[in-house]
Amino acid sequence: MHLAYPAVLSALLFCTGLYGVLARRNAILVLMSVELMLNAVNLNLVAFDVWLSRTAEETLHSGQALTLFTIAIAAAEIGIGLAIVLAVHRNRGTADIDKLRDTAERHDPDGTDHDALTAEQSGEAQKAEATA
Amino acid sequence: MTLAATAGLLTAGPTTRAAAETHGFLSPTGVEIAFLLVGLVTFGAALVTVTTRQLVHAALWLVVTLGGLAVEYLLLTAEFIAWVQVLIYVGSVVVLLLFGLMLTRAPIGRSPDADSGNRWGALTVAVAAAAALVWVVVDAFRTTWIDLDGPAAGSTEATGASLFQNWVLPFEALSVLLLAALVGAIVLSRKAKAAAAIATESTPAARSEEDRIEKDRSDKGRSEKDGIEKDGIEKEGTR
Amino acid sequence: MTTTTLAVLVPLLPFLGAVAGLLLGRTAPGFVRPLAVLPTLTSLVLAALVAVRQGGDAAVNAATELTPTGSVPIELALHIDGFAALVAVLVGLVASCVQIYSTGYLRDDPRYPSYAALVSLFTSAMFLVVYSGDLIVLLVGWEVMGICSYFLVGHYWETPQARAASLKAFLVTKLGDVPFLIGLFALATDAGSFRITRVLGAVASGSLDHPTLIALLLLAGVAGKSAQFPLHTWLPDAMAGPTPVSALIHAATMVAAGVYFIARLLPVFEASQAAMVVLAVMAAVTMAGSALAALAQDDIKRVLAYSTIGQLGYMTGALAVGDRGAAVFHLLSHGAFKALLFLAAGVIIHAAGTNSLAAMSRMRNLRDRVPDAYWTMTVALLALAAIPPFSGFFSKEAVLGVAEHVVTGHTEHAPAAAGWIVLVAGLLTAVLTAAYAMRLWLLAFRGRGAEAPDHGRQPLTMTVVLWVLAAPSLALGGFAFRLLPDWFDGRDLSPTLTTSVLGTGVALVGGIVTYGAWRHTTALTERAPLGAVAAHPEGDAAQVEAEAIATHEPAYGDIAYAPDPADPGRLLLGPLHRHAAAGFHMDAVYRALFVRPVQAGASLVRFLDREVVETYVRGAGALPRWLGAAVRRAQTGNVQTYVSALLAGTVVLAVAVVLVATGA
Repeated sequence: MHLAYPAVLSALLFCTGLYGVLARRNAILVLMSVELMLNAVNLNLVAFDVWLSRTAEETLHSGQALTLFTIAIAAAEIGIGLAIVLAVHRNRGTADIDKLRDTAERHDPDGTDHDALTAEQSGEAQKAEATA
Repeated sequence: MTLAATAGLLTAGPTTRAAAETHGFLSPTGVEIAFLLVGLVTFGAALVTVTTRQLVHAALWLVVTLGGLAVEYLLLTAEFIAWVQVLIYVGSVVVLLLFGLMLTRAPIGRSPDADSGNRWGALTVAVAAAAALVWVVVDAFRTTWIDLDGPAAGSTEATGASLFQNWVLPFEALSVLLLAALVGAIVLSRKAKAAAAIATESTPAARSEEDRIEKDRSDKGRSEKDGIEKDGIEKEGTR
Repeated sequence: MTTTTLAVLVPLLPFLGAVAGLLLGRTAPGFVRPLAVLPTLTSLVLAALVAVRQGGDAAVNAATELTPTGSVPIELALHIDGFAALVAVLVGLVASCVQIYSTGYLRDDPRYPSYAALVSLFTSAMFLVVYSGDLIVLLVGWEVMGICSYFLVGHYWETPQARAASLKAFLVTKLGDVPFLIGLFALATDAGSFRITRVLGAVASGSLDHPTLIALLLLAGVAGKSAQFPLHTWLPDAMAGPTPVSALIHAATMVAAGVYFIARLLPVFEASQAAMVVLAVMAAVTMAGSALAALAQDDIKRVLAYSTIGQLGYMTGALAVGDRGAAVFHLLSHGAFKALLFLAAGVIIHAAGTNSLAAMSRMRNLRDRVPDAYWTMTVALLALAAIPPFSGFFSKEAVLGVAEHVVTGHTEHAPAAAGWIVLVAGLLTAVLTAAYAMRLWLLAFRGRGAEAPDHGRQPLTMTVVLWVLAAPSLALGGFAFRLLPDWFDGRDLSPTLTTSVLGTGVALVGGIVTYGAWRHTTALTERAPLGAVAAHPEGDAAQVEAEAIATHEPAYGDIAYAPDPADPGRLLLGPLHRHAAAGFHMDAVYRALFVRPVQAGASLVRFLDREVVETYVRGAGALPRWLGAAVRRAQTGNVQTYVSALLAGTVVLAVAVVLVATGA
């Protein structure tokens, strides 16, 4: 099989996942898109591993091993990610990424910027406490 | 990207090559055809996943995508990985995602604001990235073929032998990582009020895991299940 | 020891005493009083020795090069002629009396150590001016005296009057000192040296190219230092300092330094006729104006201050008609009796609890509380009014005598116009001097009303000194006019008949008219009660004086003037009284000429700095601030936007790398 097939499919899937990460509003949809990207990478790894192990350049099967690891890590990551999304949902009542704008610059006049900063920091500290 | 454009891109590669091949591009093997067709399905399902307005449908189309990828793995003779893909991804990750959708009260049916205002910029970036990647990849691997004859490259026996001989240390590290993720997920998913009460009392680091659970048990009774499944290990959810 | 060594020790000892006093003032307060008195006394003795040894013969000269300057060298030089020797003795005598008096006057003052050190430093600087043979070294002493005067006038710096007065004294004298400095440089450039002997030699050989300019520049400094018109306004206000300081600095020594300087360098001034006429006019205006002002003052020390200005006018008048012997004779006798007047005034202020003559004229038997001050002040006032046989008579007659000589054409080195100016002004001033002396004596010692409070005897250190100074006020004149010509230039200083009769006559007239006016007005004292006394009459004299100064303006409405209908000065001056009390509005003129423009300039500068310069500074900051605000708009908080931008950049970079790598 021509190597281009899996490689191109992997690239296309990756960019699809990329679009999803950047364009979707709901946090869970973003996580889904991240899974897409991870799977694209996995496909790439497997394809290259099969090619290289056949040409006897590779005896470690590192591609497949890494693919397994990636799958496991992706699973762990989705668990944590969902826990975070749930905590955010509990605190904010929404899972929209658009609404999480705490790092935004406040539109205060000069001189109260530091007040905004301290308010942000204390606010973040409270939220960090709440989610811990 | 439409299917026509995808096909056009794929066929653009061979028509630009002038040299004679031993593999004969103009007569692809059966594996290649199967791969192409399943790839189209997978890609289409992925596109739907990232564009549909119905959130639960997106999760289900993700199942299709992941399943398609499992078939691709089989076609590439990476059997073990294919089944692991089905087990983990389709089996538990998607279930987790569905759980997440339910617990965050995602709207069933069309939600009008599934896409953020960023989508045109995202589209531009994704298309540009896709074009760049595909071009570079095709240009680089024009004369590369995978030899699929012979024993499976990814049989369970071969994978297991390789994993437990050469990859033991990362394997063990991975299990530690999974443990950490498990603990983290549990900690993160506690209720806000109980966590705030614990945090104001003493330094959380000094307390052990059991004390925290006992304290939460003695606090208000809960009816909501906050437990999260983790790789098949069930955590007691009722407090 | 050689005369030179003794002469070097004379300024050195008080200087070392000052340094030691400043260093030990906190740590060993027991040593402060001996360190104040003993070096000054020793310097007096040494100065007397130097005078005896010099004896009016050839001048003692000694020099060593201090600084090679590349053009005109500066030398540490001594030039002790008869003038220097005798003036140094006067300085030593008055300084010793003042130091001894101060130990009683500032008995409880916490700042006594620094005060005594500054007085010692001042004494050392005055000795330096007197003995110096190099003009730059003289200038050093001149300026050190100025700064010591600033510090000492500001001794009671808790009172706003003292703070303002010390600054005013410093600034007005500096206004004269800048032209003085330029004049010294011009003189040295023309004469080729800073040494006084060489300068006088250059003048004699006629190699001064700009005598008028130099003389006028130097006169500016003299006018500032010796409180002559128009730079005299600081001296009445400097009475806000302690009385011993007034006695030493503002009566006998520092203000005499200007007169002494002209006496030292008289040939330089005589080289320019115009300068001599200017000097004569200056002296005349000063004499007459100050005497009129003295008649209207309520503060006893301000009367004496204006009197000092007038008497200095006599000295400068004598110099204007080219006779320095008469001028220095008057300087010596004036130094003695004016210091006595101030010290006695200090005793009176302490006893009465006030410095206001209006308040004192409403106290009975004040003279019984301070008998020493009463008798010695009477002696000194008689000397001031130039009644024979007191020393003031002889010295003033010397001045009027030389003026008469010039008028009658007996001398060649002064224009007749100067002589007439000095003579007429001198006689007019003699009338007025007697008038204000009589007024002071009557108001202070012949008051009627409530019994003056008795605060016990005055300290011995204060009263003994009065008698010490009374001796030369009484007796100096009779001996001096015979002996001094040997020390000085040899010209006759004996009183002539015409001027003696005229002078004594007008003085008697002035005194009698004042007495008559007083008899007329004194009945009004009971009908118009007036006066305020110090809050702490049991305190030492310095505290009483500080409180008296601080309360004069709140009590009477003006620092100089009291609305007292029983004041004979009102009757005598008539419509002039108000203007005389305000010093003929010289302060207002200065305020309009200098103070307002400077303040306007300062507010203009402040405006420019705030509105113009700072606007540019803030404007320079505005641009980065706008840029920053523009950049901050990218901080939307939207993570997806951030990642999109990141990835777009990554894609661009990747494509660029590929293109570069493939050599496209």
